[in-house]
Amino acid sequence: MNYAQLSLIEQLILTLSAMVLLTSFLLLAQTRIISLINIFAAQGFLLFLGTCLIAQSSGMYHLYISAGITLALKVFFIPWQLRRLVKRLDIRRDVENVGGPSMIMIAGGALVLFSYYVALPIRELSTLATRNTIAISLAVILLGMLMMITRRKAVAQVVGFMSMENGLFFAAVVSTYGMPMVVELGVAFDVLVAAILFGIFFFQIRAGIGSLDVDHLNRLHEVDR
Amino acid sequence: MIALYATLLVPLVAACIFGIIGHWKHAGTLNLLVCAVTFATSLQLTINIFNNGAMMTPGKMFYIDAFNVYLILVNSLVGLTTSIFSRPYMAHELKIGRVDDGRMRLYHAMFQGFLLTMLVALSTNNLGILWVAVEGATLATVLLVSLYRTPEAIEAGWKYFILCGVGIAQALFGTVLIYFAAEKVLPDEEGSLLWSVLQEHSDQLEPTVLMLAFVFLLVGYGTKIGLVPLHNWLPDAHSEGPTPMSAILSGLLLNIALYAVVRYKMLIEPALNNHLPSYIMMGFGMLSFSVAGILLHRQRDIKRMFSYSSIEHMGLMTFAFGLGGPLATFGALLHMIVHSLTKSAIFITVGHAAHIAGTQKISEIRGLIKTQPAVGWTFLLGTVAIAGFPPFGVFTSEFLLFTATIKSMPWLVMPLLIGLAVAFAGLFRHVQPMVFGEPPEGQLPVKANMLPIIFHLALVLWLGISIPDILANWLDQATIMVVGKGLL
Repeated sequence: MNYAQLSLIEQLILTLSAMVLLTSFLLLAQTRIISLINIFAAQGFLLFLGTCLIAQSSGMYHLYISAGITLALKVFFIPWQLRRLVKRLDIRRDVENVGGPSMIMIAGGALVLFSYYVALPIRELSTLATRNTIAISLAVILLGMLMMITRRKAVAQVVGFMSMENGLFFAAVVSTYGMPMVVELGVAFDVLVAAILFGIFFFQIRAGIGSLDVDHLNRLHEVDR
Repeated sequence: MIALYATLLVPLVAACIFGIIGHWKHAGTLNLLVCAVTFATSLQLTINIFNNGAMMTPGKMFYIDAFNVYLILVNSLVGLTTSIFSRPYMAHELKIGRVDDGRMRLYHAMFQGFLLTMLVALSTNNLGILWVAVEGATLATVLLVSLYRTPEAIEAGWKYFILCGVGIAQALFGTVLIYFAAEKVLPDEEGSLLWSVLQEHSDQLEPTVLMLAFVFLLVGYGTKIGLVPLHNWLPDAHSEGPTPMSAILSGLLLNIALYAVVRYKMLIEPALNNHLPSYIMMGFGMLSFSVAGILLHRQRDIKRMFSYSSIEHMGLMTFAFGLGGPLATFGALLHMIVHSLTKSAIFITVGHAAHIAGTQKISEIRGLIKTQPAVGWTFLLGTVAIAGFPPFGVFTSEFLLFTATIKSMPWLVMPLLIGLAVAFAGLFRHVQPMVFGEPPEGQLPVKANMLPIIFHLALVLWLGISIPDILANWLDQATIMVVGKGLL
């Protein structure tokens, strides 16, 4: 178990995974909406780099197509769409008060530990690098979930949602060299439609409750009050 | 083959037509016709499968066998009857100004899009495409849930979107893990996500990875089934969306998600040396069944009440598939059909009842039998059927389930029986005054097409009295596929 014995490519991939995890924590802590979108775009770019790297090292050239889709969707289209919406809804300067930031960070750290614990049994055939990357991608998914739980602004929740998607994509690329092409395309299509629908929803929420604070969406209860 | 492609292409083309042209006077009629054609082609497909056995399309993209073909037929049948109901219902909504032309265009396009994604999810051979289609079904319906644009409807839509989106993301992670496990043993990359290939090699897959994958898949698709505690979106989405939507959400979408879970169980359990997936499914199923029955009592909205009843029944089916064995599986497969038919019939009558009373509040819907006997009686009969009274089909399937439970785990029958009694009390406590109470003054009957409801209830009654040989054989084939052993 010596990291120095890994090939250069594997070391690079591990470094990239660490950076993806770092961006997830940045997303968790960042309260300004515009910065949030920028970090999300950066995470997408790291994914793009990672995918290219794996495509080059493994000789799976169809991964370049996935990388291209990632670049187009996660680095350009979705951040552009979010920035445009934020501008049109005039919430650029919004800063969100996240309750108990230090607690959230500790919870995030615990989730990473938990992911490693879950991924531990996957020893079978997997190299040191894959075991790490599966754990990290699970951590990115769970951190995205944590972000959606702790945030109150609809835009921040969407960023959390999309970063979960990033984690899923990362898992698919690093552990299995990407899903079959038809599935990749289908998933990308779903993400695209979801991004458009989120935009429509922002306007509906804004028109319906006069704010993008999802705390105001509180009319429906499990049982009557 | 042609029948399969036609079944998938017709809704696709129709969705595009509705999307491009927009709403016009006869859009509802065209919607109905399209559903009728889809039903005809899926009937043809069913006959083909029945005569020639399982079918695989070239390229191994779609795989139709006894298990999914009957769900395809139920799917297009309920789609057809719902579209019959939807035509006058949505025309009424348009007239009273709850929707406008633009939203009607969205409604019809998404109605077809939703049916399409469900048909794809059922017929595909590829685990990844299954995921894409189930997620697509969420995306198609999410704007329909918020169609009325009231604050409640928007809240329900947002909740539906976020909760199902997050849930289904877990399922994708599970799918990736399956692919990861498969890739190690299967050199052929394209085949590693196909049911047909994985099924043959399931014993070679790494058990620890599969178990981990199953947990993620169950949580993911379980969100869509509406298993407690992942059910929060379901009552909201059912109660705030237009009623035809509630009918197909409850009758069909939940089945699709359950179908996915059962397929994965078929794949994963033989590869493990234990029955952990079964136990997890039984646990989730029992919890949903019990909790939903109790929550039924405290509802004020008629559609919410019946959506809790859906959670209850989905829990029961999940429990039965978890229990395993030919008898329980046969019962669960039958329950999928009768629940779909009964629940969609109930939602259709509920739609009429809500139009008569002008509200969905249980406390303000009164005296349906006096105002419009047809609606009142079918509503009562539907509730009797869903509560599991003989001679309706729900009784038959529940009876089979209980018999199976007594055989293998007798001590579980008690909570099941108590759960049924609690749910029954909850339903009738609310339904009795709605049906028999004094109608408020000036309550007028509405134009209602009783055909779909009577048709569904008659089918359920038929299945309760005598299951035709063809269907029994067919369910038996599906049972053999799921548990390896037939009942008959």
